[in-house]
Amino acid sequence: MSEQTLKRVDLIFGEYSNVKYKVLADTLKRSNEEILKDLLDSGLRGRGGAGFPTAMKWKYTAETPSDERFVICNADEGEPGTFKDREILLRVPRKVFSGMAICGKVIGAKKGYMYLRGEYRFMIPELMKELEIYNDHAKMLGHDFEIEIRLGSGAYICGEESALFESMEGGRGEPRNKPPYPTISGFMKKPTVINNVETFVNVMMIMRLGPEQYKKLGTTDSRGSKVFSVSGDTPIPGIYELELGMSLDRFVDEFGDGDTKAVQVGGASGFCVPRKKFKETVIGFEGVPTGGSMMIFNSSRSMYNVLHNYLEFFEEESCGQCTPCRVGCQQLRKGIVAVKKGEKKAVYLDQLMKLSESMKLTAKCGLGQSVANSFSSIVNNFKEEMIY
Amino acid sequence: MTECQELIKELADKYGRERASLLPILQGVVEKNNYISDTCMTDIAKELDLSAAQVYGTATFYSFLDTEPRGKYVIRVCKTITCDMHGKKMIIQTLEDMLKIKVGETTPNKKFTLLETNCLGWCHEGPAMLINEKPFSGLTTEKVHDIISEYINK
Repeated sequence: MSEQTLKRVDLIFGEYSNVKYKVLADTLKRSNEEILKDLLDSGLRGRGGAGFPTAMKWKYTAETPSDERFVICNADEGEPGTFKDREILLRVPRKVFSGMAICGKVIGAKKGYMYLRGEYRFMIPELMKELEIYNDHAKMLGHDFEIEIRLGSGAYICGEESALFESMEGGRGEPRNKPPYPTISGFMKKPTVINNVETFVNVMMIMRLGPEQYKKLGTTDSRGSKVFSVSGDTPIPGIYELELGMSLDRFVDEFGDGDTKAVQVGGASGFCVPRKKFKETVIGFEGVPTGGSMMIFNSSRSMYNVLHNYLEFFEEESCGQCTPCRVGCQQLRKGIVAVKKGEKKAVYLDQLMKLSESMKLTAKCGLGQSVANSFSSIVNNFKEEMIY
Repeated sequence: MTECQELIKELADKYGRERASLLPILQGVVEKNNYISDTCMTDIAKELDLSAAQVYGTATFYSFLDTEPRGKYVIRVCKTITCDMHGKKMIIQTLEDMLKIKVGETTPNKKFTLLETNCLGWCHEGPAMLINEKPFSGLTTEKVHDIISEYINK
């Protein structure tokens, strides 16, 4: 391990205060304007990967006229290489429920849902116990905001917010057209705040620490800490809470096995960064954003196999609704196989690149649009491995 | 009333008869029967006042909502990148040898179904698999032997 170790943070997994739901109780006494101001000052951006400013999302939802609003916690963590939300929910569920309840107060919602991926069904008994404690405390505090857990059934696409609403409404998990955004029309076509598990925990921590202390972590564009899921060729795989804005170089120093060839930042839908670019790459919204997935590959790995595995994943998880994604994922996978086998000439890769660019422009949702991220970053940086 | 209709009624009483209750009801049927039959889908449609096509559309979208008969224990082995890198192939081989079936098949005694699945979220402890809802990670040939032997005797 290098001497200059990365700063480990203990915000999210830090201990609870002795009194159950104390931060929630204190926050409920404050005005919505004060809470929103603190959130805005903190610079908190969504932790699911896209990084939308949380305060703005809440403000827009609160301002949309409606008789009913909803808060949804997106716990459909499905991005390859991500497993932080499970740890958060197992270790500090109360912080998540508190964050949701604070959101309920600010936007004027009476009902919150947590959409948990089907793969995590084993957690339901524990979570239900915790949820009962929450619902009791909410009643005690006179806060009219009930939380319910809904379960997914093994569909990656349901992590996309509008697909998640469709799923909760009993339909196929097919993303909707945007706009309208969830702040205007979300679950049941009502204004809805949908945030990642980790975002709600951050809200709770900002309420506890105040924005000034929270802001001391991270960089101007990427405030606070982030929970990283580290896997692949590393001697120390697991969950780490680190400051945002670190260079990939330092990350690899600490987590790599000394022979790191590439790091996939942000999962299969993220970017593959080769060794020569470690130094200049910053992890955060100003550089390469990530929902927390960091997969490390050493020089024994074939990047062709890695890309083939991703494309197979996308091909199976595409909802099939729009042609660019349904056909594109399939053709990209078939295309790299044909080049590898020598059935197509190497220049065919350029055509596949163009196809992935078209998918970025024309696919209906983030799934199809982001296939180009890993496709182009792997093909461009490891072209010889694609051909020979 | 058939057994399936009774189950559906019970689930509908619990989760409601709205369109939004469809997914929990389908999940309840799979939990009980291991899969959703065509008759069952039309029964659900009647109970919730939906068209059979709507129920079929939703049921067939989700990989955990099986629409063909499955064994009592459904084994889903993660095939996504880190599990693949850390020896998924050997785990599949071990399971195929032990259960004497291929991926996608069910044992003749209807006890086990072997499937592959996408990322289960145990990338740091791969290879991993689910048996029904229960996760198993850090798998080795020996570990799989122990786990499956236990299930065989269940």
